[in-house]
Amino acid sequence: MAKVVLEFERPIYELEQKIDEIKNLSDNVDVTDEVKTLEKKVNQLRENIFSNLTRWQRVQLARHPERPYTLDYIQHMTTDFVELHGDRFYGDDKAIVGGFAKLDGQPVMIIGQQKGRDTKSNLYRNFGMPNPEGYRKALRFMKLAAKFNKPVITLLDTPGAYPGIEAEERGQAEAIARNLFEMSHLPVPIIVVIIGEGASGGALGIGVGDRMLMLENTWYSVIAPESCSSILWKSWDFKEQAAEALRLTATDLLEQKIVDRIIPEPLGGAHRNLQQAAMILKDTLLDELKALSKMKPDKLIEKRIEKFCKMGAWNE
Amino acid sequence: MTWFRRSKENIDSGNQKKEMPEGMWTKCSSCGEILHKGAVEQNLWVCPKCGFHFRIGSKEYFSILFDEGTFKEHDAKMTSKDPLNFVDTKKYKDRIKETIKKTGLHDAIRYGTGKMNKRETVIACMDFAFIGGSMGSVVGEKIVRAIDKSMKLKAPLIIISASGGARMMEAAYSLMQLAKTSAKLAQLSQKKIPYISLMTDPTTGGTTASYAMLGDINVAEPGALIGFAGPRVIKQTIGKDLPEGFQRAEFLLEKGFVDVVVPRKDLKTTISNLLSMMN
Repeated sequence: MAKVVLEFERPIYELEQKIDEIKNLSDNVDVTDEVKTLEKKVNQLRENIFSNLTRWQRVQLARHPERPYTLDYIQHMTTDFVELHGDRFYGDDKAIVGGFAKLDGQPVMIIGQQKGRDTKSNLYRNFGMPNPEGYRKALRFMKLAAKFNKPVITLLDTPGAYPGIEAEERGQAEAIARNLFEMSHLPVPIIVVIIGEGASGGALGIGVGDRMLMLENTWYSVIAPESCSSILWKSWDFKEQAAEALRLTATDLLEQKIVDRIIPEPLGGAHRNLQQAAMILKDTLLDELKALSKMKPDKLIEKRIEKFCKMGAWNE
Repeated sequence: MTWFRRSKENIDSGNQKKEMPEGMWTKCSSCGEILHKGAVEQNLWVCPKCGFHFRIGSKEYFSILFDEGTFKEHDAKMTSKDPLNFVDTKKYKDRIKETIKKTGLHDAIRYGTGKMNKRETVIACMDFAFIGGSMGSVVGEKIVRAIDKSMKLKAPLIIISASGGARMMEAAYSLMQLAKTSAKLAQLSQKKIPYISLMTDPTTGGTTASYAMLGDINVAEPGALIGFAGPRVIKQTIGKDLPEGFQRAEFLLEKGFVDVVVPRKDLKTTISNLLSMMN
């Protein structure tokens, strides 16, 4: 696959290319020192650029075409995964995947939105935009987990719930609302992780839990910056400003006390080292599960409802 | 002689004003009839000729549903805090100030307790006139408090929705109000206290995707636009015209997401009747 380079990554990419060129050309000459200096420079540059990302740049990273998706994480951090299908009412939504898997030997139900990698798979996955049957499928899996007393992990990554005629006919709004309602009192631990794009109700539809975690280069908000720009600025050109105004990064949401914890990614983003990204996520999940497993279901539900009831800011 | 004659009517822009204009007389935005305002008000803001339901606010709904003189409002002065210092083409702070001045409302929802056909009832009602009835922290918090009131009084809850969805200027906070209100409704449900959701024109976005769709009974006013995505977004996405009557109350009834479509004049009787059989 062709390497995708974001605008702000270009200086890094160019330096890396230069290093490769030197290495290739230096059959007889010793260039170790030069390469070393350049590599040091590249690392510095990368650290520099990635510690000063704007909000819009984070959004771009969250949408990076090489970014790991739900099934990538499942494959790299779990064993014995059996994918389950269908909502038992209408069909099997390919934009939401899930099933039982083992996390360090411990059975869990893992569910997430799934994007495609190329045009063909994106059409198959509907670009990660679920229809109502996707949310109902997810709810069925969660109730299955509850029945057998297994914790639920949801991975959020969607540009939104699908806005189509059939989606409305089959009750997109009802499906999302029902999930929020049911997830709020599911009697097993739920851990929610935003692994890419957390676009509004479409993401939240599988996103009510005891712990809310966010990977470092992701976003979560009520609307995508482009759409926000088109509505409030009446033009598509203010996406950078909209991203700033929405305060949609992991750091922002931690500050707003909506997210509990930020999960660091390998330098340059999760796609630079999937194996490492998955290991960090796995360790974090195990850590969180350990704490939650000690809580009684009643207490868990009480705390969960309380947690969401605290969210917001108002003057009396 | 003209070469071309327009055979069809002008393209309907679909965004005619539906609020009542100032003055003695008004025109029905559906059938075009010139109506006397007093007569429309007497008819509960419904066109006497074609039955079109004008958009009205919390003041009107409270007067329609509560027995006279029994309504008591709670947390009336709660306002948004602008937690993100949000600025688009305008400061959110200024937008709130201006809207409060213009509408006399403090946010897009009011709630209170009172008697409906002698039954103690909690009603929360949204106001579309306040930033498109958008749901931010205040709407979420007031709904939570209305639910708390319901549980304390063991009185049924009615939420009347009129909303374009979540409020963009409170970003993730607004989004979390979907979860907040739905979680709280689950608590109410476990106490077996009836909750009636009344959807009026329009009820879309995050409002529909949370409390509006979660009624033990979902009631809608005739002709109300109800949906998740707005018609314009859907049209843009699929690149096709939308079918006649799409996302209207009667369409949702047909598809199984609304229990009953009730004309405004029957709202009080029908809801009271339902509650008498549920409680």
